Parts: sequence; C-alpha cells; structure tokens
Amino acid sequence: MSNKKTKECNDMILCRIWQVLKKPSVSYSLGTLLVVGFISGIIFWGGFNTAMEMTNSEEFCISCHEMKDNAYQEYKQTIHYSNRTGVRATCPDCHVPKEWNHKVVRKIQASNELLHKALGTINTREKFEAKRLQLAQNVWRAMKATDSRECRNCHNFDYMDFGEQGRRAVAAHSEGLDAGKTCIDCHKGIAHELPDMHDIDPGSSIGNI
Amino acid sequence: MMMKKITTIVVLLATVGFGAQVIAEPVSSLRGPHDIDQDSSIPTSKRYNKDGEPIARDYVQQPPLIPHKIDSYRVNLKSNKCMSCHSWSNYREAGATKISQTHFESRDKHVLANVSARRYFCTQCHVPQVGAKPLVENDFQPVTAITGR
Repeated sequence: MSNKKTKECNDMILCRIWQVLKKPSVSYSLGTLLVVGFISGIIFWGGFNTAMEMTNSEEFCISCHEMKDNAYQEYKQTIHYSNRTGVRATCPDCHVPKEWNHKVVRKIQASNELLHKALGTINTREKFEAKRLQLAQNVWRAMKATDSRECRNCHNFDYMDFGEQGRRAVAAHSEGLDAGKTCIDCHKGIAHELPDMHDIDPGSSIGNI
Repeated sequence: MMMKKITTIVVLLATVGFGAQVIAEPVSSLRGPHDIDQDSSIPTSKRYNKDGEPIARDYVQQPPLIPHKIDSYRVNLKSNKCMSCHSWSNYREAGATKISQTHFESRDKHVLANVSARRYFCTQCHVPQVGAKPLVENDFQPVTAITGR
C-alpha cells in the first residue's frame, strides 16, 4: 500500500519531499537532530526578529523618498522630534505597535505599502497632498480602534499630574476621557501637517473660496 | 600774546583729544556692536503665559488677547487650529470663546457662510502674552466704559 503511494508520487516534487520528511531518520541520532534543531531554531528566530527590528528604525522609514520628503520633513518641525528634554519619538514609536503579535500584524499590512511604493501612488508631492486626507484618516481610524495604543506607550493617562497641566488641558483630559474619547480625537496633526479639514470640520477650515 | 598762544594750544589739544575720543567709540547700529561677518546676539525666546482666564480688554476696539500658549498651532488654507475650539460648531464642547459674528462679513459687508478670508488668520490681530516688561514706560489707563470705574 505504502509502496504503491510512493510510486504514485514519483512525478510530484512536493509529495516526494513529504515522503522523505515522514520517514524516521536512519543516519542521525536523536540527540544530534535535537541539538541541531535547537540551535538552528535560535538562529532562525533571532534572525527573524533582527530583520524585523531593522525595518523598525527611522533610517529604514526614511530610506524611502516618499517618507523622507513629506512625512519626515513635517515631523522635524514638531515636539516629538525636537524638544526641551531631548526625548524623541521616532516613526515606529507611533506607527508600529510595541507588542509582538500586533507588531507582526502591522508588518504584514505594510506589504500594501510596498505595493503602493512599487506603483508610485504617492511618489510626488502633488500625489501625496492629494492622498493626504485618506492617509491621515487611515491612521486616525487605527488609533481610534486601538484607543490610541501607541500614544499610551509613553503617555499614560493614569500618571498624568493635572496640577502641572494648563487650565484647558485639565478640562479636556478630565471630561473628554470620561466621555470615552481617546488621544487622537483631539490630538490630530501633532506630528505631521493636517490634510484639508474642510470635509472633517467645516468650521475649522476655510475651504475653497 | 603769550597767554593767548597758550590758550589756543590748550583749546586745540582739548579739541583733538575730544575728537579722538569720539572716533574711538564704536559705532552702535541696530544689530548691535557686531562685525558684519559675525552673527548678532540671539534674543532669548520669551515664554508664553500659562493658560489662564480670558484677559479683560483695555480699549473698546481691542481684539481680545489670547490667554494661553499657541505653540505649534498652525493656521493655513487646509486647517485652522484656533477654530478647532473657537468655531461656532466647536466652542460649546471646548468651553472656548465663540468667534465673533463680525468675522463672517466680506469687506463690502456681505454676510458669508463661513469665516471671511480677511479674518481667517487669527494671529494678525489676536496675540498671546508673555511676562515682558514694557519697553517704554507709560501710564495708560483703560477707559471707564470698560473698567466700570
């Protein structure tokens, strides 16, 4: 029966690999297999995480001119880039989740960004400006869905000292957050320029005259 | 004669001495006593006052002052950060002062549906405050119609 199946397999390469994998090893000891498997597991896993961390750096993000000429230039003018204490939040601090499972999901989603890099969807300033509202709304939606998780990696609401905050901040933080609002509901456009807000909040943009 | 000569010499010497003094003094221009190829001294940046209650006006036509910091608030064609709190649609929720109705008029007094372009750039008239000493001393007093005294 088994021989008959193997014979059927002759033409199909995947099937033949499977047949080899199914057989018990005859030339290597169990110990060798375990040690080699363990070590190569460490190398594979470490290599995978190292490669993923390499894509999680500011240098990697701005190696793409779309990001370097647009998003990065705007971010350089803001408090998350340059401030009194020199603490910085780089691109992945806000745009990539810290937790491993969420991070991998985001990295898989990023394949769509690679596709649009290849298609040249935002490869000029004009194209970027035309797409800005949609791109911003994608980030706002994600932030809203996760209760601004990436903001909270650094800004923990539980440890905010209202005594140190200004009058407007105290009011907004104590009432707004109780009303189920999250950081991104008010803090839009803090690290990049806002898109044309006329369709979002007509009162806060002059729109086309 | 001799006396006159001595006096003349003394006066001459004094004049020359005074003249030399005038020449020795460095010319002070608006950019300070810096050589043209040197940077002039950078003024220290002033810290805006912390958020406070609305500031009372000092004269009738005064644009209200901004009683809070406006660092990194952008006002451009795409968005107006001030209006995210002070617009008619947002002022109640934000607890902010509502933008005046006078800002919805064209220069020909036509009433518009949104803020007039000529009143859109808030900081043209409304400014935040720093705790700076007055450059020139003055004894200005608000009119009694405002202070009620």
